[in-house]
Amino acid sequence: MTGQNGGSKNGALLQVRDLKKHFRVGGGATLKAVDGISLEIKRGETFGLVGESGCGKSTAGRTMVRLYEPSGGEVLLEGKNVHAASGEEGRRLNRKMQMIFQDPQASLNPRMVVGDIVAEGIDIHRLASSKKERLDRVHELLETVGLSKEHASRYPHEFSGGQRQRIGIARALAVDPEFIVADEPVSALDVSIQAQVINLMRRLQEERGLTYLFISHDLSVVKYISDRVGVMYLGVLVEVAPSEELYSNPVHPYTQALLSAVPVPDPDAEHERERIVLEGDVPSPVDPPSGCRFRTRCPYATEACAHEDPVWREVGPEHWVAACHCIS
Amino acid sequence: MAMNGDTILQVRDLAVSFKTYAGEVQAVRGVSFDLRRGETLAIVGESGSGKSVTAKSLMRLLPEGNSEIKGGEAIFEGQDLLKLSEKQMQKMRGPKIAMVFQDPMTSLDPTMRVGNQITESLRKHLRMSRRRANERAIELLKMVGIPNAEERSRQYPHQFSGGMRQRVVIAIALACDPKVLIADEPTTALDVTIQAQILELLRDLQERLGMSIILITHDLGVVAQTAHRVAVMYAGKIVETGTVREVFYNPQMPYTWGLIASIPLPTADRSQELIPIPGSPPDMLDPPKGCPFAPRCPYAMKVCTQEMPPYTTFSPEHRAACWLHHPLAPDVEPPIKVEDRR
Repeated sequence: MTGQNGGSKNGALLQVRDLKKHFRVGGGATLKAVDGISLEIKRGETFGLVGESGCGKSTAGRTMVRLYEPSGGEVLLEGKNVHAASGEEGRRLNRKMQMIFQDPQASLNPRMVVGDIVAEGIDIHRLASSKKERLDRVHELLETVGLSKEHASRYPHEFSGGQRQRIGIARALAVDPEFIVADEPVSALDVSIQAQVINLMRRLQEERGLTYLFISHDLSVVKYISDRVGVMYLGVLVEVAPSEELYSNPVHPYTQALLSAVPVPDPDAEHERERIVLEGDVPSPVDPPSGCRFRTRCPYATEACAHEDPVWREVGPEHWVAACHCIS
Repeated sequence: MAMNGDTILQVRDLAVSFKTYAGEVQAVRGVSFDLRRGETLAIVGESGSGKSVTAKSLMRLLPEGNSEIKGGEAIFEGQDLLKLSEKQMQKMRGPKIAMVFQDPMTSLDPTMRVGNQITESLRKHLRMSRRRANERAIELLKMVGIPNAEERSRQYPHQFSGGMRQRVVIAIALACDPKVLIADEPTTALDVTIQAQILELLRDLQERLGMSIILITHDLGVVAQTAHRVAVMYAGKIVETGTVREVFYNPQMPYTWGLIASIPLPTADRSQELIPIPGSPPDMLDPPKGCPFAPRCPYAMKVCTQEMPPYTTFSPEHRAACWLHHPLAPDVEPPIKVEDRR
């Protein structure tokens, strides 16, 4: 599936073109975690990336913020290839792109006090001219994310999961980024705390004009926070559409099955729903199926699907799908 | 709430504590419920609410040494499970009550073939011959939907995917035809499409085998999809219980309201702001004297911080602990209903 194009050219902050990330695994085999995705993220929007474990969504996000070198394709931030940059320019890019991780326990150094964790980016990029300015910024950041000044001198283990995730957000904001990749930022949190963090992220976006790539396996959360959503399966995008459109009018059989599998906290609606239960498991990304990658679990698969590659096509305004024979 | 003929397990005033360096953590503080024949009772709550500890105390699988059952009873077939010796309890686990855990990898023995892990209990509890047990293991693997069961029974757990492993764990749990199955977050570690398969399997098996299920989960969607009745736990207590419809459509206390208002629904309009529950759950080293939810409750009154509210009964199944139902309390409406968010 080459030549995908997930959006308009206008106002794109980030352009991803045919991005590939392959890992060498044992026995000379190659794991194609991300195998040619293209998308554009507009300034100030939230792009949701959903899919099941192993579909490549986290690898895609990490490659975009330069945590991995791509195996193919390119990522452009404001028109500049992020992986070609080095030295001073690389540091400048790192400042513009930040990441929030899933596990707030594992992503905060347990031996550092919160103030130093939050200020690490400020130190690296020399954004404060004095100790006082550094401290003032840390205090301001902590208050922005709903913590208090006093927390700066404490260690991560003294905080709850939701508070730790707030620290992770404060750290990302410290360098005043434009683009934030949030990789399952609320998945480790309880529902009552999830809503706090989601609302915080939405508020910060409004106040600071941030652009998010929001990666999650939780389709309800993704719909709630995203303007547009991309669905990944085995290293490729199968559908990209505005959030409301994707959920009300899913076109790809995988998107349909994925949405129908999400249990809704509404017993009457649950009993009326028709669920598409997919057979089997996701195949290995080391040796993905030929043709359409979803064909081994697709209820509509025919023999032709094994050798016909789906075509990336626009089926509605901004609604793109990897189209096969069953999509007219 | 007398024990009627339909009740298979009756839990009363269960209290469990853990000893830590910091002091005594009161994980479960007086939990009572009945489990009926053939039903699924969901126990829902956030981390630390005591739902898993409740399940493990019924199985008597709490870690020895630092945990203590402080009181209460759990009557199953005329016997109090909490008072049985380890030897007597071993006869219950498997043929009477079985459990499925969250993480299928850690509940299987990585060095043992899958088939042998199933035959182990068949040979021990049902005294089957090796040959008969092997046949039964293959039957069970087929029943839980594992293709090529014969070949698969000779493989090791690492050769199975997450969903398939959970099927194996379910097959092991069902091997001796238990009356009660306790499933502790059985699908939390799985992807949604696999979760749908496993939930469908459990429902189907319950219909065929007529067992009762206690489903422990934090996911209200899973509750709505699979349970008949639900108990909402908070800080070691059941704060509300009723049929699934009663609790979802007519919730009677602010914590349940908060849970419902804070979940993003795939059907809901994006412009609606989620209403989070402020603050975080109480420290169980020193639980609040009154209602445990009072410190986070927008409707809390003075009495709420002083005394635990009694249960108010709304229907034969539906009751909730909240001072708002006291005749002198103000009238309060839930902020958002499930129906409003469709």
